[in-house]
This record gives sequence, C-alpha cells and structure tokens, in this order.
Amino acid sequence: MSDSTLSVRNLTIEYTAKRGNVQAIRNVSFDVQRGEALALIGESGSGKTTLGLGIVQLLPTAAQIRNGQVTYRRFGKNGQAAEVDALGLTGNALRQFRWRDCAMVFQGAQNAFNPVLRIADHFADTAKAHGAMSGKTLEERGKHLLTQVRLDAERVWRAYPHELSGGMRQRVLIALALLLEPQLIILDEPTTALDILTQRNIMDVLKDLRSQLDFSLVFISHDLSLAAELADRVATVYAGKIVELASVQIIFKAPVHPYTIGLINAVPTLAGDKGDLTSIPGSPPDLIDLPSGCKFHPRCPLADEKCKREEPELVEVGEQRGGKGGHQVACWHWQNARQTQKAFGVKA
Amino acid sequence: MSEIIQLKNVSRTFEVKRQIIKAVDDVSLGIQEGEVVCLVGESGCGKTTTGKMIAGMLSPSSGSIYFRGKDISTLSKDEFKQYRLGVQMIHQDPYASLNPAQTIYDIIATPLQHHGFTRGEAQTRARVRELLQTVDLTPPDDFLEKYPHQLSGGQRQRVSIARALTVNPSFIIADEAVSMVDVSIRISLLNTLTRLKDQMGLAVLFITHDLALAKYFAWEGRIGVMYLGRMVEISPARQLVERPQHPYTQVLLSAIPEADPDATRRKTRIELRSMDVPSLLRLPSGCAFHPRCPVFLGQKCETIVPRLIPQKDGGAVACHLVGEEKI
Repeated sequence: MSDSTLSVRNLTIEYTAKRGNVQAIRNVSFDVQRGEALALIGESGSGKTTLGLGIVQLLPTAAQIRNGQVTYRRFGKNGQAAEVDALGLTGNALRQFRWRDCAMVFQGAQNAFNPVLRIADHFADTAKAHGAMSGKTLEERGKHLLTQVRLDAERVWRAYPHELSGGMRQRVLIALALLLEPQLIILDEPTTALDILTQRNIMDVLKDLRSQLDFSLVFISHDLSLAAELADRVATVYAGKIVELASVQIIFKAPVHPYTIGLINAVPTLAGDKGDLTSIPGSPPDLIDLPSGCKFHPRCPLADEKCKREEPELVEVGEQRGGKGGHQVACWHWQNARQTQKAFGVKA
Repeated sequence: MSEIIQLKNVSRTFEVKRQIIKAVDDVSLGIQEGEVVCLVGESGCGKTTTGKMIAGMLSPSSGSIYFRGKDISTLSKDEFKQYRLGVQMIHQDPYASLNPAQTIYDIIATPLQHHGFTRGEAQTRARVRELLQTVDLTPPDDFLEKYPHQLSGGQRQRVSIARALTVNPSFIIADEAVSMVDVSIRISLLNTLTRLKDQMGLAVLFITHDLALAKYFAWEGRIGVMYLGRMVEISPARQLVERPQHPYTQVLLSAIPEADPDATRRKTRIELRSMDVPSLLRLPSGCAFHPRCPVFLGQKCETIVPRLIPQKDGGAVACHLVGEEKI
C-alpha cells in the first residue's frame, strides 16, 4: 500500500472559452507523501491554482475534468489507510472530504471574511457545517489554534475581521483550516500581497505548525524563495504540466529542465552578483493556442526538431544521474542541462 | 553633476475621515542627472506618494521640490511644462495604464503629436516605429495596429516605457513597474530600462518592495529605505544590502527568504519586539520604529525623532544608535 496522502494521476482540466478550450492542466501526475511539504512553482497562468481547485472539486462551472484520478488516503490510528476517490465524491461525502480531510486556503482569502461575523463565529460556522464540536470545546480548540499561529487568542477570538491586519487574517485562516485536523492542507499563494515582515511571520508559523502537527502541505506559489524556505519537494509547472519534480535541494542546486534553470537564473537574490541573472526569452504561451511538441520549445535554447514535434513526458532520471530516485523531468535534452545554463548566458 | 530633482523637508498629509495622516514626513533627497535611486519599504511607507510628488501629480503639504535648481511651485507656465515633460512616470499595472480602445500606434503617436515632437503622419509613424524598437518590441510593424489586450504583460509594460519616452524625458519614475510582470521576463525588462538609462542619460527613481530587485537595478546607484513616511536609511546599493546600518533595514534583510534552500534556512533572523505595524493615524512618538526595534535604547528613542545623518561611508542613517558623531 502506498504511503502517500494524495495521489494525482493523469489529471487533465480544461476551461471552455469563446476562442476555444483553455488547457489549464494537462496530464499531471504526482504524489504527496505523509507529512511532506510540496511546492508547486510556476508563473501566472501556468495552471497552478486550477490544480489546487481540482483536488477539492471547487472548479468554476466553465471548467471540466477531462481525465484522471485523485486518490486521497485517510490514515487511521493503526496506520491503516482508507482510500478515497476524491473526484468521485458527491453531496455529503464531498462536504466531509473538504476541510475534514483536505483544507484549502485560497489566494487573497484574507479579504473574504464575513465582515459582520466575529472570528469566533467563523470558527463556529465551520464546526457546525461539519457537525464537529461546539460550545466550550470549540472555544478551547479555536483559541489553542490561534495561539499556535502566534496570535493573541483572547483578543482575536472576539475580534471582527476589520480589526485585524492582513497578516493576522491570513494566520486566522491557517488556524481555521486546521480546525478539523485535516491531513492535507492546500495553500494558494499564502504570502502574496503581504509585506516582507508579515511574510516572514507566516513562513515561521507554517514551519512551527509542521514540526508540531502531522499534516501534508501543498503550496502553490510563484515565489521561488518561499519554496526554498518551506518545501521538501518542488514541482515546476509550465503551461499546465509538471516539467520537473525533485527534492528542494536538487531543484535549486542541480535542476535539469531548461525552464527550471531559466526561472532560477531569472530571480535576483540578495547575495547574488549582477552578472548571474538572465531572463528567459519570449513570454509564457497562450493556453488556448499551445505550441506543438514541447510547450517550452519556442523559448528554449536547446530546442530542436524533435522538441517541435513530440511532447516529452515526465520520466524518472534520478538514478541515471547517479543519485537515488525521486527526480522526474519532462525534457528530451535534460542531459545537456549544463549546456542550457551556458545558452542562457550563465556561468555553469 | 548637478541635481535634477531635489526634495527639501517634504511632507504630505491626507485627510481621512476627518483625521490627518502623514503619508510622507520630512523627506529630503537629491537625485543627480543620470542617477538611479531605488525606494524600498513596506506598503503604506510613503514611497508611492513620494514618487507622485516628484512627478508633480501631488503637491507637498510642506517643504519644497526643486527641478534643476528651481522650486517647482514658482515655475512659470513654460518652465512648468518643461518640468512635467521632463519627469515621466511608468505605472505599476500595465493592464490599467493603457487605453484599451486605442491601438499601440495611437497610444504612442498621441503625445508625439500633441506636444509637437513630430509633424505629419509619415514623421510620426517613423518615430513610433523607432520608439518601439528602442524598447525591444521588434519588428515594430507587428505591434502598431494591435490593441493592448493582444499583448502580454511584459510587452504592455514596454509600450508604457515607449510612451513615457515620447516626450524626451530626463527623469523616469517607475512605480513597481515590474511587479505585475512574469518572473521569467522581469530581468529583461529591467535590462531594457538600464540600457535606456545609459544611452539617454536618464535619471531613474525605481519604487519597489523587493530589496533583491532593488540591489540588481540600482547596482551603481543608491537605495533608500522608508518606514512610516520617513527615510530611515539611504546608501549606495550594494553597501546598503551588504552592510545595513539602520535596525529596520537589518530586520528587513534578515527576513527576506532567498531562492537558495541552504542559504535561506541558515540565515540568522533578527526578531522584532512587536509584529504590529503602527497605524499612520497614531504614529509612535520619537522614532516611529521604536515599539518594534530590536535594539531599542529607551527614553531617547521614545521622545526624539532621529534625523537622517550623513555617514563617512557615503550613506545616511536616521537612528540614535548609529550616532551623530561618526562623521
């Protein structure tokens, strides 16, 4: 039996639009292990958010899941897992899956609190909708969680959302997501639109929680440094597809997909030298009218005829690189990665 | 080199619900011809308000702004026009700052014709094509008849830059100009700006919240750090990032995660005494940073507002701890 909390297989999601179908997620497969933090990194419009919404079945009506399975494993006290087909759930079962098994914190949700309800009422609403605790038990649990996210529980419990800053509201949301002890939490851009010091605080809170509680984390972000800070494994997403998936060390220190290499070289760091940076030429593709073959080929310095014709699938390359398994890449020319660094104009 | 823009004790207040808030408080800053200055700080620190005052879009509540040595509030009509043309702004959101009903040609041709930089259709068209080439939108004929919605974010921002260049400015204010552009193409946009600056001798004020980006862009220039309306430190870019003097700058730098798993997890963090950002409506007395400052000294910090003191190493710091006697 697999030890992963979540297994996504061949997931394909499309949006119907006037100009044609938006291929937001194309044949994506990955696992999230128990207790691990997986970062999905990509630029805007690469399909990261759609992937998150697909897992909890909260896609807008214009979206259809064309293909694929999402399997969630509910681990019991004895270590035995019950498999749940997350895409097949309906009605009450779906409602219980969301939040009890898998909670999601949406992008910008710190601005989506009900302004006339106190924080305590938000906790009570959630608990009631899921038939969970109430009264004193709820208050104790709620305040305990607020303390865990480094908030002044007594004050925040009675507060209205407008009395809290953006960073505090984001922490309340994280506490709220943990209310029903889910095994999986999906965070969509958890630190975007927050100031540096607030971001730092959220990151520290998430690190704390992970060391104290047992849950898996999937976070979606365009911010590479957030992944470097928090993730165990990182998946780079380009044009609706995972193009490279490996441990955080490999992704940042020895990536082999030209897009991952290009992306890392495009982000300035505080310690970095000016000459180390280069942009990826061109711009991200139109998801309605995707290029043929490998979707990155129009921007890739290694592209040849094969890249224009055939799209590479994600394959395991870890052992071939002389390491353990667990490094997957979708590129015909991954072995020439160092050459890519030179082609982007960067010292290898 | 002479100063193209100089701010002397500039403050700006706004009235919000019958309460006065100080968005910018006693900022003095001189920017040389051809110089790059980055303003960094968290939201609400007054960096955009400062930029807008320099661009002439807001007037200061007190203090004066000088353009090439002349107070802008005393300029004649002609001189004022020269100043407004000389200082151009590039806005943050390229989706909102271009008219969706105009083609790229119209967007760039309108200021050219209005201000009499070109005469006649042929000359205008030639100049528009030239400008598009300058901002790396090539071949220009592919873009002339397009509408903004047909371009990517990065391309739109290039159109904004070309539009700012139509009136031959000598000073560009870029307010978070790359924050809405895809990560993979930010650097090329910044490189275009740097090239234009070098070729045309432009001075640039680059407003951003990203210190790593500021260091990259202002490599030869300076970075100014603002906190709650005041300039707390301004120094040559690399010096500021490598040897920050003000406790707030130090805290900021220690809080930024790095895109390198080893470096970022090993970084020493400086803890703040309080996570709460004070409201601009109730600014703390003395140094506005004192309730959060990790090296708070006591009474002096609570009562006396530290002045921005020039240091031996070319920077300037507003902190009692850094002291006055160093120079």
